[in-house]
Amino acid sequence: MRTLGMLLAQSEGLLGAMTAGGSSAPAAGPVPTPSVEWWALLPALTLGVGALVLITLTSLLKGRLFRGFHALYTIVIAAAAMLAALPVWARVQGWPRLLWIDLDHSDGVGAFSALGGMIGVDGFGLFITVVIAATVAVTALFADHYLRREDLEGPEFYVLMLLSAFGGVVMAMANDLIVLFLGLETLSIAVYVLTAMHLRRAQSQEAGFKYFMLGAFSSAFFLYGIALLYGATGSTNFIEIKNFLAANVVVRDGLLLLGMAMLLVGLAFKVAAVPFHAWSPDAYDGAPTAAVVYMAAAVKAAAFGGIARVFVLTLSTQINDWRPLIYGLAVLSMLGGSLLAIVQSNVKRMLAYSSINHAGFMLVAVSAGTPLGVRAVLFYLAAYAFMVAGSFGVATLVGRRGDDRHWLADYRGLSHTNPLLALIFSILLLAQAGVPFTSGFFAKFSAITAAIDAGETWLAVVAMVTAVIAAFLYLRVVVAMYMAGGERGEERPSSTPVHVPRTAAVGLAICFGVTMAAGIAPSPLYDAAGRASLQLVEEPTPGLSAPVDLDASVGTVEPAPGP
Amino acid sequence: MSQTYSDFLRQYLTVAIFGGLGLAMAGLMLGVGRILRPVRPQEQKYITYESGVDPVGAGWNQSQIRYYVFALLFVLFDVEAVFIFPWATRLEAYDLFGLIEMGVFIVILALGLVYAWRKKVLRWV
Repeated sequence: MRTLGMLLAQSEGLLGAMTAGGSSAPAAGPVPTPSVEWWALLPALTLGVGALVLITLTSLLKGRLFRGFHALYTIVIAAAAMLAALPVWARVQGWPRLLWIDLDHSDGVGAFSALGGMIGVDGFGLFITVVIAATVAVTALFADHYLRREDLEGPEFYVLMLLSAFGGVVMAMANDLIVLFLGLETLSIAVYVLTAMHLRRAQSQEAGFKYFMLGAFSSAFFLYGIALLYGATGSTNFIEIKNFLAANVVVRDGLLLLGMAMLLVGLAFKVAAVPFHAWSPDAYDGAPTAAVVYMAAAVKAAAFGGIARVFVLTLSTQINDWRPLIYGLAVLSMLGGSLLAIVQSNVKRMLAYSSINHAGFMLVAVSAGTPLGVRAVLFYLAAYAFMVAGSFGVATLVGRRGDDRHWLADYRGLSHTNPLLALIFSILLLAQAGVPFTSGFFAKFSAITAAIDAGETWLAVVAMVTAVIAAFLYLRVVVAMYMAGGERGEERPSSTPVHVPRTAAVGLAICFGVTMAAGIAPSPLYDAAGRASLQLVEEPTPGLSAPVDLDASVGTVEPAPGP
Repeated sequence: MSQTYSDFLRQYLTVAIFGGLGLAMAGLMLGVGRILRPVRPQEQKYITYESGVDPVGAGWNQSQIRYYVFALLFVLFDVEAVFIFPWATRLEAYDLFGLIEMGVFIVILALGLVYAWRKKVLRWV
């Protein structure tokens, strides 16, 4: 029987285990505390502590730091987080040796649970960690000049971005619904502030407010979903939920179904899937464009991490219940995103709708519910992060001072004033459309393959049709850039070239390079995505032990050769 | 299973009864008061109550934004105290782990204070 008292006792126990490792039991004597595997948490901690150090350092050394320090520091921290993920990845993959260092695997290899079963360290979480950290670094490159141009110079942008990335990494590694929620909130609250950061643009404040109100509402849905799922299964821990559902058939499954639906609402809001997408064009349009670079890439990566962890991994036994919901979201997002994008005349809004379309494609891969689907999601996320970061990066430059020249007309004739910028933007847009020899093609291909492999041919057909519709909108921007004059008597755009600072050029080069490299030779990235399997591992006691694969259909441990 | 389920739902009945009783009691007191009391409207009775002093200005007056920052900082450290007191009473039970965790918590909040101080929001202008 699930009484309220039990619920309270358990939730206190959970909170205790997370913060101080105590339970509310009145028994005397020391409270058992979880062991903390610091080295496994290092990628996340680097981002979080990096943010705190940055804000302290800059407030103590005010005015004594060189120009561009904040951006450089952020890039260093993001790189450090990626490096810190490397030994953990080596441990999870069982590499015998990392570069020239021989690794000691006497305590076992493979995925494991850390922090008393609250954090799951597996290839999947690490892959998303690296994607988020890379996004942070690229955003810092674009933000450096942007913030100075808009008179918004200060550490706050970077601090909020790092804190948000910390939340995203926690989400991707969460092994418990409460931890997932904490990560989600840390991720979101920082992004709400980033959205409202442009002090002199009314749209920015408006967008921040809208995003905050709707986001708070969706968080409430998410929390309610956690409560109902707890009511249905008796735990908030993924391992225990999975064990419960594997051992029991829930006959009166009203709570379970409603809980799953509400969790999906909360997460679908974050990935901006139709019909929970209404905030995204407004937020992307109003927010400072440099913040959108981060929002579009990292928030989506973290939220898809959450979706895969909750649905594909934990609720895999209930796949027939949640699959139709994902079908609906995927079809609506792909159709809605591509159709609504066509009628936009603002490039930022157009890209916002196109990212809704991309979310639909990733949901197609999620709906497969197989390791192939997870692999496709990861590949898509990595490819998408760089494509979309580069595209919005171009928008930060073309927006010019004031950040409001985002109309299609402002892109007219860009090929004459900035031929190289126009070429890179065209290729990034074509990559988003899924043209071969770009990462976008293989991303879409792997998502559709995963769907067909799972027997969802109709969904694959819908996906391909919307890809064709979406191609029109990308071509519309490309055509605008390469047309010299105004169309139908529109006034000619100014012929002053767009100023491209060196940092932003490096950022664009990275996005362009990754997009092309992953398009021409996708196998390294695709292999890494394949090794990044999604796993749940029972909390071993004491110390670490070899992983127990709970469901062979989801997580498979492939013996991987060393580098 | 279904037995458990209806038990679970029955517990919400207690909540409903409790809520209903609460509403009924408040309604009863206000309703009886309305019936019994004499009604003599006067202008002064509709003025905002400010501890017996005549109110200054209208109810929709703007107030200084600086109060907001102080209120925010106050809430921050108030919440910190809420966490510290229960921990302090069972300090030995949580051992070194608890000590470190609480240290981390306090340091993070203290860094916020450093930021506020350097942003000069602590100075009353």
